[in-house]
Amino acid sequence: MSVSATGLSGSDDVKPSIVVERVTVRYGNGVTAVNDASFSLGAGTICALVGINGSGKSTLFKTLMGFLKPARGSVSIAGLPVRQALKRGLVAYVPQAEEVDWSFPVLVEDVVMMGRYGHMGFLRIAGRADREAVEQALARVNMLEFRERQIGELSGGQRKRVFLARALAQGGQVILLDEPFTGVDVKTEDAIVALMRELRAEGRLMLVSTHNLGSIPDFCDQVVIINKTVLAAGPTQTTFIHDNLQRAFGGALRHFRLGGADLHEDADERHVTVITDDERPLVLYGRQDSETQAPGTTNGETADAGKAEPVKDAAP
Amino acid sequence: MIDLLLEPFGYQYMVKAIWVSALVGGVCAFLSCFLMLKGWSLMGDALAHAIVPGVALAYLLKVPYAAGAFFSGLLAALAMALVRVRTQLREDAVIGIVFTTFFAAGLLIVSINPTSVNVQSIVLGNILGISDEDVVQVAIIAAVSLVVLLARWRDLMLVFFDENQARAVGLSPMRLKILFFVLLSACTVAALQTVGAVLVIAMVITPGATAYLLSDRFGRLICIAITLGVVTSAAGAYASYFLDGSTGGLIVVFQTILFLLAFVFAPKHGRLAAARAARAVSEMP
Repeated sequence: MSVSATGLSGSDDVKPSIVVERVTVRYGNGVTAVNDASFSLGAGTICALVGINGSGKSTLFKTLMGFLKPARGSVSIAGLPVRQALKRGLVAYVPQAEEVDWSFPVLVEDVVMMGRYGHMGFLRIAGRADREAVEQALARVNMLEFRERQIGELSGGQRKRVFLARALAQGGQVILLDEPFTGVDVKTEDAIVALMRELRAEGRLMLVSTHNLGSIPDFCDQVVIINKTVLAAGPTQTTFIHDNLQRAFGGALRHFRLGGADLHEDADERHVTVITDDERPLVLYGRQDSETQAPGTTNGETADAGKAEPVKDAAP
Repeated sequence: MIDLLLEPFGYQYMVKAIWVSALVGGVCAFLSCFLMLKGWSLMGDALAHAIVPGVALAYLLKVPYAAGAFFSGLLAALAMALVRVRTQLREDAVIGIVFTTFFAAGLLIVSINPTSVNVQSIVLGNILGISDEDVVQVAIIAAVSLVVLLARWRDLMLVFFDENQARAVGLSPMRLKILFFVLLSACTVAALQTVGAVLVIAMVITPGATAYLLSDRFGRLICIAITLGVVTSAAGAYASYFLDGSTGGLIVVFQTILFLLAFVFAPKHGRLAAARAARAVSEMP
């Protein structure tokens, strides 16, 4: 539990935050990937970043990582410009599976040790604190027994956990997770979510890019919905609602609305809306014309909405 | 018998050839660990060919050949980067265009001034006839590169493995990649003397590729590759005394033999191990 205690000396007293102010990002070929986007997040937050492919999610991540510079607007992390925040090791990144070269000759513990580089001297020689941080981080994601495996020998879920461990070993107060649930079994997904909740309780800030709409109400307290710009940002309860999702995804998602005769024979005016972005579907329950109601506000029915398999199967 | 085996050490030019080859082989092997992991192996080949016009011009203008080679290697690298960024062409096409252009220019310069350089010594190397001046150049290049690599290999590994993480811990991938290519050009120039422009490619790929089959740990992989590079290069230079053959040819043949041995017998990634693993799976009830 005390990974943060061995973290970067300066990162413990820092209150994590992300402030994106009217940011516009353009690529070299003149394409504007993100236009006039604004949102801000504070400590102890898990925020989902949702949008269709090409909506600018990865552009936004790259901007937060300092890889892309905004043409207009500003980004600050923990009150610092991105570069300085990176220099202080405040930002940890959990990459998508496709971004990693799995045949690279590194062992699990080597990868986690890469999180410690910012804490080491010029020659990057690991000290006792570094080795302890690596061990604690691996123990925390339950991967200690795999520490001497080459990373390509792991399953999808194990791979994700290794990179999470790296973020922990780094002691990053702001953790960016790019599609953490893709190619991961349900058990691992639950383990990752449980860990993220712990990290939130420690006051860290996590921004999660995901297609897994169904589980967002389960663990994200904030949502940022984007499509080339920020369409909506705020608490999940009031932001993650039908109208906003409709605007973000338009016709790009599987979207079923089942009501009346589809579900039952009596004159029940309630209906079910299922929205799925290829992964766990989002199920919204509502009455006629009251779809703006937030999930989870009706009577907690969305709590296990994601597991509503029968509903999914009923869809044509 | 022993006298015969020790005979090469009685000649100063042989001793010089052996230690210079070993030094260059070691540094090139270090670089090969990085190069082969990125699918950039062709870059080494391209650089080796691209420095030919620089060497030819340097001889013509009577400046140190290393300066000319380094300059034209850098120019080629920049040209490749420029074409790569400004067009949609694939990397191999870009590399192919740039390095053949440079190589052709080199041949042209040499053919127009036939007396200025022996083109064969650029293309095939001539370690046995290396001048003391060149030995100093090669030794300085190799020693400096080795020190830089020893100090920065962990950072380079991170950049090659995961650029985003490199950035997240405050490194500059761009700067480190430039550093790597500067070292690569410098060592290619040095290796030019020992094995020549054509076989440099083997020096900066084969040891790393062999070591890759033998270890899953980058640090160990580097140690194995350097050992292979040093031993094969020294052995190649030594054996060329008896066989009266080309040093470069022998070095690369030795490296290839070791690669093949690893390919078949490597404990974990060799063919035999793979066959054993397959049998173990099929025998499972």
